[in-house]
Amino acid sequence: MNHDSYPDSYIRGILNTVKTIAMVGASEKENRPSYFAFKYLLERGYTMIPVNPLRAGEQILGRHIYARLSDVPVPIDMVDIFRSSRHALPIVQEALTLNPRPQVIWMQLSIRNDEAAALAEAGGMKVVMNRCPKIEYGRLSSEIAWMGVNTRTISARKAAASGGIQRLSLNRASVPGGATEAAAAAERMERERGSAG
Amino acid sequence: MTDRIPGFATLAVHAGAQPDPTTGARATPIYQTTSYVFESVDHAASLFGLQTFGNIYTRIGNPTTAVLEERVAALEGGTAGLATASGHAAQVLVFHCLLQPGDEFVASKKLYGGSINQFTHAFKNFNWNVVWADPDDISSFERAISPKTKAIFTESIANPGGVITDMATVAQIAKRAGVPYIVDNTLASPYLCKPIEHGADIVVHSLTKFLGGHGNSIGGAIVDAGTFNWSRDRRYPMLCDPRPEYHGIVLHETFGNFAFAIACRVLALRDIGAPLSPFNAFLILTGIETLPLRMRKHCDNTLAVAQWVAAHPKVAWVSYPGLPGDRFHNLAKKYCPNGAGAVFTFGLKGGYDAGVKLVSNVKLFSHLANIGDTRSLIIHPASTTHRQLTDAQKAQAGAGPDVVRLSIGIEDVEDIIADLDQGLAD
Repeated sequence: MNHDSYPDSYIRGILNTVKTIAMVGASEKENRPSYFAFKYLLERGYTMIPVNPLRAGEQILGRHIYARLSDVPVPIDMVDIFRSSRHALPIVQEALTLNPRPQVIWMQLSIRNDEAAALAEAGGMKVVMNRCPKIEYGRLSSEIAWMGVNTRTISARKAAASGGIQRLSLNRASVPGGATEAAAAAERMERERGSAG
Repeated sequence: MTDRIPGFATLAVHAGAQPDPTTGARATPIYQTTSYVFESVDHAASLFGLQTFGNIYTRIGNPTTAVLEERVAALEGGTAGLATASGHAAQVLVFHCLLQPGDEFVASKKLYGGSINQFTHAFKNFNWNVVWADPDDISSFERAISPKTKAIFTESIANPGGVITDMATVAQIAKRAGVPYIVDNTLASPYLCKPIEHGADIVVHSLTKFLGGHGNSIGGAIVDAGTFNWSRDRRYPMLCDPRPEYHGIVLHETFGNFAFAIACRVLALRDIGAPLSPFNAFLILTGIETLPLRMRKHCDNTLAVAQWVAAHPKVAWVSYPGLPGDRFHNLAKKYCPNGAGAVFTFGLKGGYDAGVKLVSNVKLFSHLANIGDTRSLIIHPASTTHRQLTDAQKAQAGAGPDVVRLSIGIEDVEDIIADLDQGLAD
């Protein structure tokens, strides 16, 4: 997998397949990015499981916080890593010991660890790095366009109906639109930030 | 396995717009509403807390306007956009997010006169201090930088003088200074020039001009290139510090490479105002669909008219970078290879009186103070927009007594030339 840029179909496929997401590094603080992503994904119907050894036994939005992945009593489809790049490897190593094994390792925006990614892929897991599942869900459903964000998708197909007010479906036929110099430059910058972090 | 990227004309028609998810309406509906109902108290809390994406109140966001914002961002190659009530409003919001009272920014002194007024007078009341640099002497930008400098601002093609800014060089100066480079791309439009590809971090527009293109709607836009690292030197508290307006969230940390556009929306547009009307957004969107067709015609017509004007015995000089021999011709070939725009100035040997006579004689050209219309437009700055200035100030602003500015429309070029011909006749 080329981890510099992912086809939309790859990301959409992951977000359409996984149901249970364990978020390592989830924060109970309402102003933290991990809390934003946790809450958004919970509202979009994913079963969200917070993992944070410093907060084990407490709750985020009514969800019990576990100390480590191996403490989670239900099968995990995707591990979302909200820790800096250097912490990604032991998390992947722990994920590899789970039975059943998660299908996806996802590292957050600005987080990239190629060694951890290679290990995960060798173990049959799909890997996404330097992306946020909230932003990607918003982008591929086009919800994020309400904030003026360039979704880099275009479509002449009406999206499938989605319940609720101001909810757009991820199941939308789109073709890539306007992947840009800027996006590439931004990715380079995020990568530099990530490798520094 | 990489995704295919559509071309500019495809994006001009499609970017941001999809069939309405509820009705299937294919053209973008005009959501002429002030407000949006919440699904629940929790949904409202998520919206107000920026934890979910959506609409609250049209001062902050509107689904019609959002289509325009995404389209302009896509055409410029940016990560996100924000539409505003005017180009001037866009500039106020941008600088509000960058400057604290007492800060400075460096700006080209070859700018649209309205921007010179805004920077010189209106911004002074906020204690935002402009330091002028000269695009004819690029090193003057470097010399203008001080520890208080927070940004550099230029136009891509400057209005009205036909000055093309060497953006790649200015971008390097901005990078060395660690400040964002803002480019007003109004005169070029993204069809002719994409400043982000040359190092701009923020692009602003008057949508009133070529993007809307039909002289029917005032509007402005901000595009975030996603390229500036707001956290590195911690000099931009709106982006890199916890915001008391939003329970301590840090916008750059939370929104990554589109944080600047979010800051302009949730900190500046929310609290200062000046959103675009959804109806204007609809009209401008419709205009943008034909931007590539119009710009091609605008540029073809303008080159032909500029060549004709240059050969006219009553004309002393022509300033159009599209003409071989013009001092900005090489920069035009680098930055605007598909055409040097549709606005240019020329000087009449007969001076002030000859200028007044021409604008009084023309019948197809509209005598007014706009540019970037389907119609051909003419103005004699010395007797109108710049009449309050002294002669010396007029000359420095490129608005001397002999100067006439044309914005060439998309009519038949023979008719445009015939009107100038009869207008210049004795």
